[in-house]
Amino acid sequence: MRLFTGGTAAVLISFNTACRNKISQWRYLNEEEIALLDAIVEQVIPTDDFPGGKWANVSNFIDKQLSTYYAKHKSVYREGLAAFEKTVIQMNGKKFEELPFGDQTAVLIKMEAGEFSGNYWKDHPSSGFFDMIRQHTLQGFYGSPLHGGNRGYISYRMLGIDYPNVIGQNRYNDLSWRKYNPNSPENGK
Amino acid sequence: MVNKHVNAIVIGAGAGGGVVAKELATGGLSVVLFERGRWHTFDEHGDDELTSQRTFPLKCGYGPDNERNWRMAPDGKNGWIKVFPNDWSYGNNAACVGSGTVSYGAMAWRFQPDDFHLKTKYGAVPGSTLDDWPLSYDELEPYYEKAEYELGVSGDPTNDPYVPPRKKPYPMPGFSFNREGIILEKAAKRLGLHPFPIPMLRNSVPYNGRPACIRMRTCVGFACPVGAKAGTQNTVIPIALKTGNCELRINCMVSEIIVDDRGKAKGIRYFDANNKLQEQTSDLVVVSASASETARLLLNSKSKLFPNGAGNNNGWVGKNIQDHAYSGAHGLFADEVYDDVGPGACIAINDFNHRFPDIIGGGVLCNEFIRMPYQFTSVRPSGSRMWGKDHKDFQKHNFKRHIVIMGPVQEMPVFDKMVEVDPSVKDFWGIPVARISGFRHDNDIKVGHFLADKAEKWLKEAGAIQTWQAVAGKQSTPSQHQSGTCRMGNDPKTSVTNKYGQLHEIDNIFIADGSLHVNNGGYNPALTILSLGYWVGGHINEMWKGTKMR
Repeated sequence: MRLFTGGTAAVLISFNTACRNKISQWRYLNEEEIALLDAIVEQVIPTDDFPGGKWANVSNFIDKQLSTYYAKHKSVYREGLAAFEKTVIQMNGKKFEELPFGDQTAVLIKMEAGEFSGNYWKDHPSSGFFDMIRQHTLQGFYGSPLHGGNRGYISYRMLGIDYPNVIGQNRYNDLSWRKYNPNSPENGK
Repeated sequence: MVNKHVNAIVIGAGAGGGVVAKELATGGLSVVLFERGRWHTFDEHGDDELTSQRTFPLKCGYGPDNERNWRMAPDGKNGWIKVFPNDWSYGNNAACVGSGTVSYGAMAWRFQPDDFHLKTKYGAVPGSTLDDWPLSYDELEPYYEKAEYELGVSGDPTNDPYVPPRKKPYPMPGFSFNREGIILEKAAKRLGLHPFPIPMLRNSVPYNGRPACIRMRTCVGFACPVGAKAGTQNTVIPIALKTGNCELRINCMVSEIIVDDRGKAKGIRYFDANNKLQEQTSDLVVVSASASETARLLLNSKSKLFPNGAGNNNGWVGKNIQDHAYSGAHGLFADEVYDDVGPGACIAINDFNHRFPDIIGGGVLCNEFIRMPYQFTSVRPSGSRMWGKDHKDFQKHNFKRHIVIMGPVQEMPVFDKMVEVDPSVKDFWGIPVARISGFRHDNDIKVGHFLADKAEKWLKEAGAIQTWQAVAGKQSTPSQHQSGTCRMGNDPKTSVTNKYGQLHEIDNIFIADGSLHVNNGGYNPALTILSLGYWVGGHINEMWKGTKMR
């Protein structure tokens, strides 16, 4: 079940209770992690004339998988995103989401190259975490919407292939088999 | 309750086991066919790429499950790590009724006559255990034909001068080419090559009560929604069950073959669907669990006379595991070449197999099955940025402008490329797990470059504006084409079974899967495994008439 259609979580609870008793709309990740992840997945698949990773609900896909198939990656995300945020603030003085798009790209290029420094990244090369998020983002954007991403089959629309896949379409455009004679000598050697 | 004694146990309901079960059941033997997986349908999986058997980041839809079936794999630092079926280093095939034949691409290749006597043709290859098969192409030919007719193959060899000799035509006409195929056919002819439609275990016309193919995009990696693709689950297994002589026991994990102190198999132990340990006795046992799991089961079946595993006193069980060193080239085109006519792979050339004295083996070259959207995200020339604007632009522009031609390069068998049983790690049921290790022979890489060059030339001739090669490396974990771990041979010192798949050392245990392959051909192996099922099954029936295996 998709709990939320937007990548960015609007707060459903009235403002005076929200601060005291904030209920996450997500399964595993929290609001802050989702906000950061939204910005990263939007870098991996940016919006152009087609929506990007954020609109396609890629963060929802990742959150959903962390509760099921990717439960083994839970702590990698929790610790990795926290270390990522800290590293970015040290490098740029701002949170990742607040950086201009081009500066975000520059951060991720460093991350992909394994150039993040700091204690956490000594044991967990930033290139590995980047590649995990990159792969999961691509899965969320291009995989079946039933897993929580690829909202409205947006990637299929982008690629120009029909969606959902039509079963029962008979695509015969070549009826030459009707002239086929299995007993003809040319068909046996 | 004690299970009723039967004549034959068949372990694994895939290509080999499905056929053997049918042969024995129709021959009058009582049979129990064991399968660790279950029945699957298309509806259960739909067209979900992330859980297909082709790209499987979330899970392998057609088995086995991650919760119970791990293995160990080399960690690259002289140690081992635990891996799961949907890790590439696991080497998965499938686990369900029909197994790989449910979700395969269904190419229906016969090996070349030369593939059965490679050592005679090319001489000994240093570093390889290359040998001749004890079985010739001519001996196997009637069984190839039987597989083609009983399961159903569509093909048209008219334009292939190198087609292995055949007595009868294919039972169904060949498939038409999609747009890629039409473009490649013209280019191949200009190059003096001989393109022809890939033979497929898939109905081009209605056949054997199943309809014709509807040309889905989601074919390889998926079950067929209409049953046009032939697997053992929709052909021979139903026939076996209909005889009344065969019981299919699904969700049952066989842990051990029981071998008595006189060196005879008495039956098996298995964990049933409720994970309860049971015994089933029989007069004979056929193992067809795939090259990795067949070897694992024999190695786990220790007895007084066979302390290293059933039939393994010479230490050859599990050795020589092979797959294919897939190599080829990618091409990008100015115009769209994609027409969404599945399964995509349709055109082949046999021109580069066994025709060059300095190239040992070779392989067929075919255009690839349709690359699904997520799978396509890894299709890039080296040095490309794999994310951001570069990623998206490439994806949008080239998804329909891409052709890839690949060839299953025949691997040279290497003794130390092998399946072992881990000394301490056990699976969910407590059965010691398999671990697969070893490296490809240098010849495979050499032939890979040879085929990749040919593929790239073909793409350029077809009008590709950018091309790049993809050549296999030394590292590999044999998966869907795994073979060779219980090779057949005339010399009991250097093989595991005789030419009928019967263990040299235990005469009532037989092998009937890719494990028997002495080498794996330059082709997808499914039809050869099916044919060996008929070959082994037929000979068991003959032996049964004489001795009843007692």
